[in-house]
Amino acid sequence: MPAVIVNNITKRYGKKNAVVTALKEISFEVDKGELFGIIGPDGAGKTSLFRILTTLLLPEGGTASVDGFDVVKDYKAIRKRVGYMPGRFSLYQDLTVKENLDFFATIFNTSVEENYELVKDIYSQIEPFKDRRAGKLSGGMKQKLALSCALIHRPSVLFLDEPTTGVDAVSRKEFWEMLQRLKKQGITILVSTPYMDEASLCDRVALVQSGKILSIDTPEQIVASFEKPLLAVKSDNMLQLLSLLKQCEWVEDAYPFGEFHHVVMKGEFKADLSAYLSSQLSAFEMVDTNPNIEDCFISLMKENDE
Amino acid sequence: MKQFLSFVKKEFHHIFRDLRTMFILLAMPVAQIIIFGFALTNEVKNSRIVVWDQSKDAATTSLINQIEASNYFELDREIYSANEIETSFKKGKVKLAVIFPPHFNEDLLHFNKAQVQLIADASDPNVANTLTNYASAIIMDYQDRITNERKLPYTITTEMRMLYNPELKGAYNFVPGVMAMVLLLVCTMMTAITIVREKEMGTMEVMLVSPMKPFRIVLAKAVPYLMLSAVNITSILLLSVYVLDVPINGSLVLLVAESLLFTLVSLSLGLLISSRAESQQTAMFISLVALFLPTVMLSGFMFPIENMPLPLRTVSNIVPAKWYYSIVRSVMIKGVGLHAVWKETLILAGMFVFFLGLAIKNFKIRLA
Repeated sequence: MPAVIVNNITKRYGKKNAVVTALKEISFEVDKGELFGIIGPDGAGKTSLFRILTTLLLPEGGTASVDGFDVVKDYKAIRKRVGYMPGRFSLYQDLTVKENLDFFATIFNTSVEENYELVKDIYSQIEPFKDRRAGKLSGGMKQKLALSCALIHRPSVLFLDEPTTGVDAVSRKEFWEMLQRLKKQGITILVSTPYMDEASLCDRVALVQSGKILSIDTPEQIVASFEKPLLAVKSDNMLQLLSLLKQCEWVEDAYPFGEFHHVVMKGEFKADLSAYLSSQLSAFEMVDTNPNIEDCFISLMKENDE
Repeated sequence: MKQFLSFVKKEFHHIFRDLRTMFILLAMPVAQIIIFGFALTNEVKNSRIVVWDQSKDAATTSLINQIEASNYFELDREIYSANEIETSFKKGKVKLAVIFPPHFNEDLLHFNKAQVQLIADASDPNVANTLTNYASAIIMDYQDRITNERKLPYTITTEMRMLYNPELKGAYNFVPGVMAMVLLLVCTMMTAITIVREKEMGTMEVMLVSPMKPFRIVLAKAVPYLMLSAVNITSILLLSVYVLDVPINGSLVLLVAESLLFTLVSLSLGLLISSRAESQQTAMFISLVALFLPTVMLSGFMFPIENMPLPLRTVSNIVPAKWYYSIVRSVMIKGVGLHAVWKETLILAGMFVFFLGLAIKNFKIRLA
């Protein structure tokens, strides 16, 4: 049986005349022991979804279960077996690192010693600071402490809501390595992130936008499903270049991407585009490029809007 | 149980690591008692007076001596004209002027009648009233003594006794009031704020996704405040007895038990507020406006309820502090037992059950 089943979940906020629909009938499943990523920009509905699955919010429609338990009826059972790390740092800032960990171990009816093996990897990195107040830790260390606290009772499913937001690049990389190791312990992990580059680190990802799932697949499959030719173009006047590209009949879509503009072509019109740009611009640079998750996301988003 | 204790321990860490909280919880009750005891008193002692004695005879000298000899007055200086009365009032120190007309003693002896004028600075009407009463009493006393030498056909003498508080000390009145205020402040406001803080900080979110029963979480938060209230009750009573000389005439056990009952009422109100308020400011505002103000105004501690119009008297019945205040006054000052305050006790117990029930009913086991 899958660890998480989401079936037509809908979530609305607000009253009568100002209703915001955060989740629109979304459905997916996460297998046991899978590292599942929910990728989408701010406001896509990631946090709402996590809060429904951790029994903190009630959905307006649909059903969902975690580890076989219904998120509405069996909320007590779910609260005993999942680990949850909210997007905002939510530990006690005036307690020390050790006090926080001990406290979370006790309220989950366990002890730090009992599950030390599981958190050793992560906790050993912050153990030198165990008498420091949690509020005085750096962003990366706070994240490690929060993860340790969420893991201390050996949850069967771990929910991590934007764990790497506001964390430096090195700590982010370390954090994902930790998740890979946890996966090997057999823990199912659901992680949400707005960073597209983190998608490739998941087993499977769901791309979400405005409360809808655009695509669910392995990162490789998602990238492979991008079939149109993709070019990267650069010139001295990037703004002018972008408006030229957007007007061009062979171009499906064009958008800034790092120091280049990415251009999705309607077909094999590279030579035509090159000729056209030469006539308009004194100098430009154009290369073929491979799509990544972000390109897929943008193209799916566009399809979704239409 | 281990969960619960660990939670209580954590809560004490929060309290002891925040100086401001510590101050509000432990230093403020002591400060309030001392401020009320020594600074904000409506007793009149050693008020400065001026005397314009135009007779300078045996009778006036004797009267002035008696006025001066009392605890209430202190002669600032003698004056010699009507203008000086106002100038001395305007300087602010002098509150009362005593004026004897010329030939005071002669008038008294020959016409059996003499006049003395008391002019008070009524910019504070209460003080003015008290001072003229005291001064009149001293003058009446003098008159009684000289008339005693002769026999009058009919006399009615009023014999007054101020029971329970013979010296009319203000402390007897405000100690019960301050107890009500402090317990309400500590239990209701602080409990509500600390629970709402967990919502604001996001820690409540993590706590809810744990095996701990949601209502246990807030009960565990209330326990430390119950303990600290016991400390406060002790310190207030010790200060009252040993510093302000307010006796505990009734049973100490009953007094403490009633105080703990009131503490429970306040805690349940705190839990109720915390279940509705979303931010610490809201929690504080509700506590202050909906609880603190009525406690000060409608408990009978500052203003007598008997003098209020009917609507306010009716409203005062739902103010828990009113009942507690009346219990403390009865037990502490009058020295009565449970048989005299069982009605008030029952009302408080009912309020506790009602508010706690409402708090449990309103408590959210989820975020929204």
